[in-house]
Amino acid sequence: MQPLFLLGAFKFPPIDELFRWKDVVFEDTPFAINKTAILMLVSAALIIIIFVGGSRRMKMVPTGTQNVLEMTYEFVDGGITRDVVGHDATRYTPFLGSLFLFILFLNFWEVIPFIQFPPTARFAVPFYLAVQTYFIYLIVGFKNHGMKYLTGHLFPAGVPKFLYVLVTPIEFVQLFLVRPFSLAVRLLANMMAGHILLTALALLTAYSLQNAPIVSIGPFLLNIGVTGFEILVGFLQAYIFTLLTAVYIGDSLHPEH
Amino acid sequence: MLHSLLLAVTQLQPDLKAGLQSIGAGIAYGAAAIGPGIGIGLVVGNAIQAMARQPEMQGTIRTTMFLGIAFTEALALFGFVLFFLAKS
Repeated sequence: MQPLFLLGAFKFPPIDELFRWKDVVFEDTPFAINKTAILMLVSAALIIIIFVGGSRRMKMVPTGTQNVLEMTYEFVDGGITRDVVGHDATRYTPFLGSLFLFILFLNFWEVIPFIQFPPTARFAVPFYLAVQTYFIYLIVGFKNHGMKYLTGHLFPAGVPKFLYVLVTPIEFVQLFLVRPFSLAVRLLANMMAGHILLTALALLTAYSLQNAPIVSIGPFLLNIGVTGFEILVGFLQAYIFTLLTAVYIGDSLHPEH
Repeated sequence: MLHSLLLAVTQLQPDLKAGLQSIGAGIAYGAAAIGPGIGIGLVVGNAIQAMARQPEMQGTIRTTMFLGIAFTEALALFGFVLFFLAKS
């Protein structure tokens, strides 16, 4: 029991130290760049390089990179756009595809050694992405149905008249507040929780290695397992964000079902 | 009255505020995790049952299952965010 008692002095650092990064260039201006911004720029550049480079000499029978790119496209186009938005909605695939890839790349920084920070764990990033989705589904809805989009949502057909007192405010809050907010918070909280969990296990391993080396096997093995789990979570959250965006766009295109 | 009492106690013992905040945050997250835990269990359980009954519908069921999980899980994640808000 002795080694376990020694761990009682372990102190977790304040949460700010895990998420706040110092500005690298242009300090104290609105254009300040820190680790989060650098990772976002690098991800965007990586996606562009991979896609432009991979699709340069396209062949009838794909090999190597082109194979992976086509699989990604098929996954977004077949699994998300055609299934959820509608069979004639292929023109939303570029948006959904870039959204999916961008979030996927940002999430995967969480498990890349020596970087280990998902930019999506800062509220600004998922919030911006959610606001983008928000305006797109509202614009698509109003463009296709005009004011009927709003009235169709706020006064759903088949509901008894007196229940509109209850239904309309709920639908209004759901359409304009809950949707973008839950979209952003879902991504944020998942990546934040993963980052905190990985940091806690890594710190516990380092601390117990100094004070009670035998105990450190536990958090070390757990850390490896959780890293694998976080890869799954990163992929799943990118998928769910894109899927929900597709659901909202589909709802704006065909509000009846 | 309760508020003024609490204020008096907090002034007497400055540590008490942080302690109560931690307890409140812990209870908030714990309570927020109960419902979604049951909900996700129901969603996934029924999805597995549906897949076992109609394996040819697997793709559609899986997509719908993820949607259901995402909507249910959101409540637990609100609790998680509330945990940090209540603590600071």
